[in-house]
Amino acid sequence: MREKPEQKYPLRDNAADDLRAFSERPLSDISAEAIAEGQLAADDLRTHADALRQQARIAREAGYPQLAGNLSRAAELTSLPNDELLKIYELLRPERATHEELARLADYLESTYGASENAAFIREAAETYRERNLLRR
Amino acid sequence: MERSIRFDLLAKRDINKETFVEPWPEAGLIVADSPYDPQPSISLEGGKIVEMDGKPRADFDTLDRFIVSHALALDVADAAMAIPSKEYARMLADINVPREDIARLIAGCTPAKLTDIIRHMNVLEMMMGLAKMRVRRMPANQAHVTNWREHPALLAADAAEAALRGFAEIETTVRVARFAPFNALAILIGAQTGRGGVLTQCSVEEALGLRLAMKGLTSYAETLSVYGTEMTFVDGDDTPWSKAFLASAYASRGVKIRFTSGTGSEALMGRAEQKSMLYLEARCLLVVKGAGSQGVQNGSISCIALPEALPGGVRAVLAENLLAAMLGLEVASGNDALASHSSIRKTAKLMLQFIPGADFIFSGYSAIPKRDNLFGGGNFDAEDFDDYNVLQRDMQVDGGVKPIREDEALDIRRKAARAIQAVYRELDFPVITDDEVAAATVAHSSDDMPERDILPDLEAADRFMASDSDFVAVMRALQRSGFSEVADKILEMGRQRIAADYLQPAAIFNTDFKVQSAINDPNDYTGPGSGYRPQGQRWQEMQAIPQAQPPTGFVDPHLAEPLSRLVEIGPAARGTGKEVVLALGPAYGRALGKTIGGLEHEEVLKAILSGVASEGAIARIVRVYHSSDCAAIGFVGARLSGSGIAIGLQSRGTAVIHQKDLAPLNNLELFPQSPSLTLATYQDIGVNAARYALGRSTVPVSVKIDNGARLRLIVKTALLHRRETDEICPDQAPVECLFAWEPD
Repeated sequence: MREKPEQKYPLRDNAADDLRAFSERPLSDISAEAIAEGQLAADDLRTHADALRQQARIAREAGYPQLAGNLSRAAELTSLPNDELLKIYELLRPERATHEELARLADYLESTYGASENAAFIREAAETYRERNLLRR
Repeated sequence: MERSIRFDLLAKRDINKETFVEPWPEAGLIVADSPYDPQPSISLEGGKIVEMDGKPRADFDTLDRFIVSHALALDVADAAMAIPSKEYARMLADINVPREDIARLIAGCTPAKLTDIIRHMNVLEMMMGLAKMRVRRMPANQAHVTNWREHPALLAADAAEAALRGFAEIETTVRVARFAPFNALAILIGAQTGRGGVLTQCSVEEALGLRLAMKGLTSYAETLSVYGTEMTFVDGDDTPWSKAFLASAYASRGVKIRFTSGTGSEALMGRAEQKSMLYLEARCLLVVKGAGSQGVQNGSISCIALPEALPGGVRAVLAENLLAAMLGLEVASGNDALASHSSIRKTAKLMLQFIPGADFIFSGYSAIPKRDNLFGGGNFDAEDFDDYNVLQRDMQVDGGVKPIREDEALDIRRKAARAIQAVYRELDFPVITDDEVAAATVAHSSDDMPERDILPDLEAADRFMASDSDFVAVMRALQRSGFSEVADKILEMGRQRIAADYLQPAAIFNTDFKVQSAINDPNDYTGPGSGYRPQGQRWQEMQAIPQAQPPTGFVDPHLAEPLSRLVEIGPAARGTGKEVVLALGPAYGRALGKTIGGLEHEEVLKAILSGVASEGAIARIVRVYHSSDCAAIGFVGARLSGSGIAIGLQSRGTAVIHQKDLAPLNNLELFPQSPSLTLATYQDIGVNAARYALGRSTVPVSVKIDNGARLRLIVKTALLHRRETDEICPDQAPVECLFAWEPD
């Protein structure tokens, strides 16, 4: 029998032992004491790609394929530094980048972060931008 | 010109402060069914859409391209488009068709098809549709908390009160953009003080919003605006791809996102391309879905006055909420901007979302007074809290909030204001004084707050934003200053961020800090006996408005010892001569001692007897035991009266002048408005009864009409009458009484 998404969800209650922060610190180590002793940094409260992948699976099985796609792209983006996320967003806005810049960005994401879903998404944007005149002139 | 006094009055009514305009499709001023809207169609070749809504692929604009690549379910598109629109409309209104069956097919519908389905639906059918298609079973509500002073203690206090009132999300924004991190911080601390698990956001420019989220200061964002035409989208400085990327970027940091759309924005931006507002909204919603957003806030949002200026505008706003729910999106259904000058109209509009329920009925109930709202003002605001609670109680409809007591509100506001004060102190931000805390505790608005020097605040906000300091530092500050409980709530929000459960559709945290979303609380409404309805503890909580009084409180002040001067002397006989019988109800001057208007029964007797005596007639008192009905009491008296004239008098003060030859329920004069009766009126009643008895011509006593009396006093009326009815002895004949008092 395939496991139903409801059985795993919410992960906070049903899979707490498997949950880790972006820093790989287990959820069980994220405590008030750890905060008080100054042991926790920002990455200890950041989301890990695995949790997002699991949520993507739950969304897909519950009949939300587009949300699943978004969460799956989000999982890839967890490893990107904040500044890079902001830069990529800026490049995707109208008339910010040339076709070549977007193509290079897609390659970079794929080779550096293994972010193939985001890369495909950006390549698709680049094609549309070219046809709809949304590239930098 | 001749002027009608009535039309002059109508012209001054609030409704006539609104603007109404005739439709103009060429300018996009049409809410639905523009003659330029396309007809639904789709053609697939080799698993690819080559034509949609009458447009070949070569002519697809950016939105069309995004929709066909990401939003439409190609495997069902052909089948879905083949079903007549009217059939969908009927399925939406039919309780026997479950939401999944419809959602599966809707996934293959084009924007024109979605719009065409709505054409067949009236608002009642759409409300049925929304009740069924809403993704989360339980409805909820979102609050706006802002103030024009951007005072941190007031923001924290108002957020805490809003959280206590039950709002599941709280949204703030800025007047001065540099305040963003501080406003987000104040809302975070206030909300978690009020109730752990309330999601918070600060609505600012996209990149800044993402940075706030990365600092852990916000847990959701709904600023991702989309528009229904390519040109408007580009004017908004985005594309579907940039918005979708932003959505993934937020999700990568464990932040819930919701897009924003809504009818009217394209027309407002002058680029509606002659299309109806609803058709453009259908395009928006497919972009939102395609981007993988879990939800949307729509319902015209800040443009609400524009569809409302047009015929069918309020219907169209419900239609766009329904379309979003049909597409499986969480719906925060608007009601977040001033919808009308008229409280009748604004409330009527609200009912279209309130009664069926939405994932968030308001995408911003103004939990502060309108004048402090830095968004659009809110359709309802803090001054409407009691009205809103009563609407929930009246209809047994869960509007997502609960009534609270004044002392609870003061406690939670004080605690939140002290918590933000402590964090400012610990993190070396400008001091929040005890006076500011005290003011925020009792304040209603910015006007109640002391002046605050904003320059040092802005400089501190800049430093905080530029530094690495984030919500971990905030938690430590709270721990160090005795607010560990609040720190724990923020920490749990951090843990939830790691679990990411609240990124699923329509996720909120319930009062046990457990996630509740379309995954573990899917809407299963299929008519009576199914779906969500407020019951048990929740219904008790909704009922318990502090204004509700125990029923005994209405009667107790009227209970009395029997009048010592009023003595029963034996069975009442038929009298003779020109007498007036004064017939009393069974509790009069016995179990009860005062009329509903607070007049002592003894004084009322004296007034009536004085009136009778002033005309030179004689009065005789009898008590009726077998009935508490005013007409019956009067009629019995009239039949005992030598003149055939009697006054019937109930304990609550209702009186009648009766005549023995009239039908029992007829009368000479009736005084039903007992709360308005004064001793002078009772004296006049005595005078008139005597004149009837003496055969003199008589002008009826004039009593002022107060239609509000029944509204104010009906509970008391019912309970006093019930008390009198308790005194009935069915077999006891009327009794003659002596009242040991003589008029002057």
